[in-house]
Amino acid sequence: MLKKRLIPCLFLKNGHLVRSEKFSYHQLLGDPLHQVERINSWSADELIYIDISDVKEYDLRRSDMKVKRMSDIYEIISEVSKTCFIPLSFGGNIKTLDEIREILKRGADKVVVNTIAIENPNFITEGAAKFGSQCIIVGIDVKKENGEYKVYSHHGKTLTDKNLVSWAKEVEHLGAGEIFLNSIDRDGTGMGYDTYLIKSVADAVKIPVIACGGVGVFEHFIEGFVDGNASAVAAGNIFNYTENSVIRAKKTLKKAGIEIRDIVKNPTKSLNNPKF
Amino acid sequence: MIAIIDYGLGNLRSISNALTSLNIAHEITNNPSKIEKADKLILPGVGAFKTGMKNLRDLGVIDILNKEVLTKKKPVLGICLGMQLMCQKSYEGGVCDGLGWIDAEVVKFNFPGNNLRIPHVGWNDTKCDSSCPILSSAGEKQTFYFVHSYYPNISDPSIIKGVCNYGHDFCAILQKDNIFATQFHPEKSQYEGLEILRKFNEV
Repeated sequence: MLKKRLIPCLFLKNGHLVRSEKFSYHQLLGDPLHQVERINSWSADELIYIDISDVKEYDLRRSDMKVKRMSDIYEIISEVSKTCFIPLSFGGNIKTLDEIREILKRGADKVVVNTIAIENPNFITEGAAKFGSQCIIVGIDVKKENGEYKVYSHHGKTLTDKNLVSWAKEVEHLGAGEIFLNSIDRDGTGMGYDTYLIKSVADAVKIPVIACGGVGVFEHFIEGFVDGNASAVAAGNIFNYTENSVIRAKKTLKKAGIEIRDIVKNPTKSLNNPKF
Repeated sequence: MIAIIDYGLGNLRSISNALTSLNIAHEITNNPSKIEKADKLILPGVGAFKTGMKNLRDLGVIDILNKEVLTKKKPVLGICLGMQLMCQKSYEGGVCDGLGWIDAEVVKFNFPGNNLRIPHVGWNDTKCDSSCPILSSAGEKQTFYFVHSYYPNISDPSIIKGVCNYGHDFCAILQKDNIFATQFHPEKSQYEGLEILRKFNEV
């Protein structure tokens, strides 16, 4: 049976891992590569990296890890993909098909596009024709205003005129393979998912919906599946701040009867890497 | 030396990273003499069937692939779209002929009246036939990462070495002599997937 997916989501700002709150406050967490190794060794089902940098400037010089200095995001992807043997998606600031090609060439498996899809919906179709629908995840960032869901672009900065449900249906029709749905209001709050939001999108489309935004305790993941009808649940902060969080989240989900991939004791044991 | 065939589609780096982690010598190439010299081939692939066939044709590597695989019986592993390209034809974006090594048609999942989502994305259990040389003894049930909307409808059940279920059973692993293929991504399936690449190298 197809398993429900648990997806840690890492937010990058100018080459550093950050904690995000309501899409605006960003606290520095450190090196983007160290975390991916930990997550890979903990049986996460996938990994999503979102670059939320305003300027294309990445600096890892201050890192005390073994990481070399990397001048741009492509190098970060190359490094991440060396230790990531689960599906890796990358999003943020993607504007052209050439950029997608380069991101995939560096070892990512899928991309998340958001603002460009709103500005030029045909980009979804072109991307799907070139790289396959399965490769194109469309990110939808939503904020509730006066009781109504509003779609935002430019990482939560710009209000668009898109109607949430019709936009979700449109991206499906245009060839998106998945929807990455994020609640700006819940981001970083730990209040739990906006399950009404998730369900309204998940029930409107036949492509998988990845829910994100608001997880504070492991039980919130259950709500994402049961109340939100999501195919996958994603979160950022809980994975950054809690030790063994993937394993503990999976145990909570299993106990609740959610079909999830088994915890692999030593998922990378065949690697010739003494660290694992 | 394993040659990973570069035809402009697919997650070549992911496969290369996986082989590197296993200390398996490999090269990403579409150079005919390198394909000829390699001990084994991997036909990767993420993307659309038509584009895949067109790129293989444009690169002029189809003849050499046919010779290496069909005549010289060099072991080859098709992954995802790579598996589908090995088939007779696909219905993705209109009918398109494939390499024709496997007697199968590639068709789209179709679930009228139920709530199964397409594409089939995620980790799914696969019932494995451990007599297949690329499968480890990790057990009859193994879990791999799939992402696809189309699947090969195989005519000869004897070549099916792994069965997955999404709406209905479909072939997740096949072997026909020296031809191996997986619909899932072993390079993205952690330990159980890496084991397949390791075993393929030992074939």
